[in-house]
Amino acid sequence: MYNTGNLVKEMVERHGRNRDSLMPILQDIVGRHNYLTDEAMVEVAKELDISAAEVYGTASFYSFLDTEPRGRYVIRVCKTITCSMKGKNDILGAIEDLLKIKLGETTLDNQFSLLETNCIGWCHKAPAILINDMPYTELTPEKVLDVIKGYMNK
Amino acid sequence: MINLKINDQHVNVPEGTTVLNAAKELGINIPTLCNHKDLCVAGNCRVCVVEQKGARTLIAACAMPASEGMEIYTNSLKVRNARKHIVELLLSEHKSDCTKCYKNQKCELQRLANEYSFGEEVFLDLTEEVKYKIDRSSPSFIKDDSKCIRCQRCVRTCSQLQQVSAIAVANKGSHQKISSFHDRPMSHVVCTNCGQCVNRCPTGALVEKTYIDLVWDAIYDSDKHVVVQTAPAVRVALGEDLGYDPGERVTGKMVTALKQLGFDSVLDTDFTADLTIMEEGTELLTRLKKALVDGDKEISLPMFTSCSPGWIKFIEHKYPKLLNNLSTCKSPQQMFGALSKTYFAQKRNIDPSKIVSVSIMPCTAKKYEADRPEMRSSGYKDVDYVLTTRELAVMVKQAGIDFRNLEETKYDSVMGDSTGAAVIFGATGGVMEAALRTAYEIVTGREVPFKNLNIAPVRGMDGVKEATVKIEGTTEDWNFLEGAELKVAIAHGLVNANKIARAVAEGKASYHFIEIMACPGGCIGGGGQPIPTNMEIRQKRMEAIYSEDENLPLRKSHENPEVIAIYNDFLTKPNSHKSHELLHTHYVERESY
Repeated sequence: MYNTGNLVKEMVERHGRNRDSLMPILQDIVGRHNYLTDEAMVEVAKELDISAAEVYGTASFYSFLDTEPRGRYVIRVCKTITCSMKGKNDILGAIEDLLKIKLGETTLDNQFSLLETNCIGWCHKAPAILINDMPYTELTPEKVLDVIKGYMNK
Repeated sequence: MINLKINDQHVNVPEGTTVLNAAKELGINIPTLCNHKDLCVAGNCRVCVVEQKGARTLIAACAMPASEGMEIYTNSLKVRNARKHIVELLLSEHKSDCTKCYKNQKCELQRLANEYSFGEEVFLDLTEEVKYKIDRSSPSFIKDDSKCIRCQRCVRTCSQLQQVSAIAVANKGSHQKISSFHDRPMSHVVCTNCGQCVNRCPTGALVEKTYIDLVWDAIYDSDKHVVVQTAPAVRVALGEDLGYDPGERVTGKMVTALKQLGFDSVLDTDFTADLTIMEEGTELLTRLKKALVDGDKEISLPMFTSCSPGWIKFIEHKYPKLLNNLSTCKSPQQMFGALSKTYFAQKRNIDPSKIVSVSIMPCTAKKYEADRPEMRSSGYKDVDYVLTTRELAVMVKQAGIDFRNLEETKYDSVMGDSTGAAVIFGATGGVMEAALRTAYEIVTGREVPFKNLNIAPVRGMDGVKEATVKIEGTTEDWNFLEGAELKVAIAHGLVNANKIARAVAEGKASYHFIEIMACPGGCIGGGGQPIPTNMEIRQKRMEAIYSEDENLPLRKSHENPEVIAIYNDFLTKPNSHKSHELLHTHYVERESY
């Protein structure tokens, strides 16, 4: 949970109150906090004078606009064919063992969430993952542990 | 004009006409599901696909405008095969427990399945794979996602007609569903229970919550005295579900049918509609007096009507700051309920604990209204069960009544008398007209200055109507209103209600009195009315309402003899202490999502 506070107001000031502003507002909130709280969606709905169901409907359409609580770092493991063939399952298993969470879960300290994603366009350097917006490619189980340990120490 | 050929027949249509409507001109029927006359084109169910000569793919007839020289085939082998597959694909994601479904034989998908898909199942039944949600949280309706084909009629209804958008499309692909905010229970979101979505759902995904069996139980309980009241809009629509054309009035036959069903007293909501006019009219005049003469700054004007429970819930969610502008009068249904277990019980010498109060309403929000905790001023639940017009038709069929050949009979007494002013409550503008007929006469001692009492400016299907009535020749008590111009407005459909409410909230409206009905056309177009309901059908029901009014001997609420009697015997006078106890209510602020 994060404090909605002036966040929504700030985004609305930046992008305006038109219906077209909905996407950039939601993207910016997620950009800062990784997911949309119910309060944030209700607040956006009020500011844009649309219904909260409509905001939720829009957000839930996009995989990257999460409406469930997520950790500070969202790890998305590419599940599409090339990455699968190049060892995606081993990567996933290594992360699960390191963080002691399963796919879809968030660590108790709210630092990491582990999700799958559809193709992120790094087939030529498979297997790939995203951590927030940053891609990591040509991974091995050893390499991915180093990457995540780097985030643990941040 | 555009010339095109459909199934080798020539047809001329104005520019912009869809292929679907062009085909109708020729009497060619193209099946549809997501299409609805009240709503914008969606083109998502694909059932209406047709073949266009020279085009590579099939086109959706509902969304494609006719163009010059077009050659369309609506029933080629390619079309038939595609349509069959489309129906079968819809069925593979639709829980087909038809014999147990409330919409059995009234389901548009079932009708298509009957035409296009029989024999072996072609596609896997996917409904067993998914855990669907059935939401029974609202007292008005049930939302069963396993029956949903995602045609989005409900979503378009809630947004375009009602501007509520309590439901929207969520997720995508095979996970797509019609969802409230974060899939919360419908009872916990901004939904007004108006039932317009229920009226438009082609399948059993949205149906009213039925209380038919509980009403039968009460009828067969010899210990109970079951009182039934019927709303004004039911008598002009019930016939449609019993084989009549839209616009046929069946008042007398309906009363006989209710008696044959076994209701102990068959009474009329119109009686309390007349009473509402006395209470609400007096409330308005009192507010005007306090504001204009006493200079009381606390008085909230304009005053909104409060008969429509969908509108009440809408304003509670959306404009809580305007709650003081709502009339404190209960709706006629709830006034009736409270009186059925007090005044009626006394008059007829019946123990009120033995009375079961049932109402027949064109409305699903009335089910919710009857369940509100405020609605127990008789010491009991004032209205026990609310049935829609559709449910009454089901009961008539269940009882094997030959409705068409019934004698016409009159309502029982007391609380069965009514006037034309009460009947027109069922159409948009009706409450306003009834109120003006009485208020004008109270203030001036003369009839309202419109030919034959018909106040034409407040009638009709315009979304927002305005009128000004100049008050002249007032009696001594009301001379502070001499020369005043009473400004009124009327809105129906919450999209229009929202326009007026916003203007009032922003201080941009100069009205004194505003009538609002949540449903398009008013109660005649209510969510509990026969399916289909659309513009043409609402128009016919409206005409029927006004002819019912014209044919009644009494057409002003204050002339209703039973209304005069209840004030003499029981309530003393409008807005008395007793009236406030039984006939008035209060409202609550609600969340805005």
